[in-house]
Amino acid sequence: MESLETRDMLLNIGPSHPAMHGIVRIIAKLDGEVIRDAQVEIGYLHRGFEKMSETVSYNGVIPYTDRLNYVSPLINNMGYCMAVEKLLGLTAPERCQYIRVIMSEISRITDHLTCVGASAMELGAFTVFLYMIKAREYLWELVEAATGARLTISYCRVGGVKADLPPGFAEKTHKALAETRNVLKEVDKLLTRNRIFVDRMKGTGKISQEDAISYGITGPFLRGSGVNYDVRKASPYAVYDRLQFEVPLGTVGDNLDRYYVRMEEMEQSMRIIEQCLREIPGGPVLVDPESGRPISAAEMVDKGKMGRINEIAGKTAVTDPTLQGTGETARDTIGVAEKRVFLPPKEDTYGNIEGLMNHFKLVMFGHGIRPPKGEVYFPVEGANGELGFYVVSDGSDRAYRVRVRPPCFTIMGALPKLLVGEMIADMVPTFGSVNMIGGEMDR
Amino acid sequence: MLAAHAWRGDETVTVRPESLLEAARLLKEDPEFQMNFLMDLSAVDYQAFGKTLQGQGAHANTGIAIRQPMNVPTDEPWPGPATTARFEVVYHFFSLPLKRRIRLKVPVEESKPEVDSLVPLWAAANWFEREVWDMYGIRFRGHPDLKRILMYPEFEGHPLRKDYPVNKRQPLIGPVN
Amino acid sequence: MFGSQNFLTSKLESAIGWARKYSIFQYPFVTACCGMEYMATACSHYDVDRFGAGFPRFSPRQADVLFVVGTISHKMAPVLKKIYDQMTEPKWVVAFGVCTCTGGFYDNYATLMGIDTIIPVDVYIPGCPPRPENVLDGLIKLQDRIQAQHDGKPIPRPDPSERAFTV
Repeated sequence: MESLETRDMLLNIGPSHPAMHGIVRIIAKLDGEVIRDAQVEIGYLHRGFEKMSETVSYNGVIPYTDRLNYVSPLINNMGYCMAVEKLLGLTAPERCQYIRVIMSEISRITDHLTCVGASAMELGAFTVFLYMIKAREYLWELVEAATGARLTISYCRVGGVKADLPPGFAEKTHKALAETRNVLKEVDKLLTRNRIFVDRMKGTGKISQEDAISYGITGPFLRGSGVNYDVRKASPYAVYDRLQFEVPLGTVGDNLDRYYVRMEEMEQSMRIIEQCLREIPGGPVLVDPESGRPISAAEMVDKGKMGRINEIAGKTAVTDPTLQGTGETARDTIGVAEKRVFLPPKEDTYGNIEGLMNHFKLVMFGHGIRPPKGEVYFPVEGANGELGFYVVSDGSDRAYRVRVRPPCFTIMGALPKLLVGEMIADMVPTFGSVNMIGGEMDR
Repeated sequence: MLAAHAWRGDETVTVRPESLLEAARLLKEDPEFQMNFLMDLSAVDYQAFGKTLQGQGAHANTGIAIRQPMNVPTDEPWPGPATTARFEVVYHFFSLPLKRRIRLKVPVEESKPEVDSLVPLWAAANWFEREVWDMYGIRFRGHPDLKRILMYPEFEGHPLRKDYPVNKRQPLIGPVN
Repeated sequence: MFGSQNFLTSKLESAIGWARKYSIFQYPFVTACCGMEYMATACSHYDVDRFGAGFPRFSPRQADVLFVVGTISHKMAPVLKKIYDQMTEPKWVVAFGVCTCTGGFYDNYATLMGIDTIIPVDVYIPGCPPRPENVLDGLIKLQDRIQAQHDGKPIPRPDPSERAFTV
């Protein structure tokens, strides 16, 4: 028997394969069922983010950042805007910082829900996926209420956010978080002690602390190996230094640890959101003292046309992100009081000449935000790890260079190391726990 | 070392390409730095720096005057690239024990676009360097497998160079549109 | 003389059309952001199964509707073409999201400006990404199209006065 010739088999997986999320190709060299060597081919979703960023204005990059990590777009928005703000030397007002933190933590939960749900589905637990998407839907309704869109939200602006939180946001959030907690409890029952799930996750895709650091892995993947590194703790930005939260750590660094870390991080994110909702400084929404409801911009314009100035003098109208007529305007609490940077509220743009001119001065070709010459690097904790923006400005109205430090790019770089020596079936949970997001990895 | 600054609090050091490996090893191993993470590795093409249409005094098409960059409160102006070389390879390091970041920059001449590879020191450099080669055409001496990573092998040119037109397409199948 | 056979076949054709339109086996060619909305459409809240399209097949040989979900880059284009060629007749293609319809705002060196430059498309669902309701609307329009093909009727075109979002 020993004299029989054996040959390794090459197996091509992807790019169009259900477990490869559509955009990765792995060429595995197999000896029986054991992976001897693996080559990872990426770039199938390269959309030229960095080149496009050089062709549009500073605010124009924001929609492109939405589509980097499209499961948690609010974190990308925040990272980019804070990088440009650092370049400009500005700090967003406190309420805006809180709003950004709330939004990015909601995004983190949706991202982890999708990741855990999808990797459980790939192991056969379809119910979990349906449950998790259900919870994600509740959170997206929340995001939609605040930003006007479900997924590609473009909520942040350089210097602030687009709109204030809508009325009743806190109650809606508490309700959505309660629903999410229920789902997580159910999922926990379904998975954590599930023999099939645990057997497939435990001991697979192991990576040591030294290797993980050498590969530049960050985020839940690194914390699964027990390295205590979270950008929110190591170099706190926004208001994270005032918030109480734990950084869950794994011990072994296998897929199961990463599952635990993600589940616990969702709980911590909810804790952060609840703290923020408690501590957020007063909103700009002005309420009509008689009726107790916010005054809409349309109503204000109507009154102004009829000459009833006394009723509205000194009050500020409120806008809705959907532009249907409620919302906010005392923008200095959600954006910097710097007219050369922060876009005026829409009711100013449409309602008076100063607002319109201010808007044009910021969006017209050849005008716009002009940061001084310089370069900055600003890291935030993305859902997959450190998401850094390196922005170089040459003093013009367009970024000279925008570089993203993509968190899952480095994890994918370590994938051959994770796979070699394991069975081919272990590829699915390992790849699932990477939470590869094409838009972010290939840009 | 060619230059150093800490504009906006980002500590930045520019070194000559010859001393890159030495500097990187020092950052990694010296107890004063302990930069165990290579967070990011990218490059910048300074060919069009300050020469963009909007950077000049007036609009090329309309002649409308363009206002000068705003005077944002700043401690001191950014010193700018240290040399006149076309490219700069930019490394961002992070030290987990010291919670400290350092940016290391290496000027690269267009005539000889080659620097030393950092793969022996950090495994993360492998893919990052492939990406820089793909996007800028800068070679890394000693890289184990320097090939394109985001674009396909048939692609000609390096798309993030400033002289590559943004919509010059090289499709594998289908019309060029 | 006036062919009962004819009568029978045309009825049978209609019945086949009816059966086909309510048992769509789709191949989700998911590449990018739109995949998130595709998931949302497929799961409990919007439940694409109500329209008989809840069964994704990940083999092109067994699928009859190709859902192209997300940006197609030039690197991906040959793969998409190959998948389309591998599907057996009858087959339909849905362009899901504006990147597949026209290329969207990624007008640069890396992306394909609309998948209809390489494969024929039956239904375009624009939006970046389209909302699940929009996707369901597109799916119903595809079903009308399938039925019309089997009835021998002209394929429904949008009323230009209506300017419908989904064709």
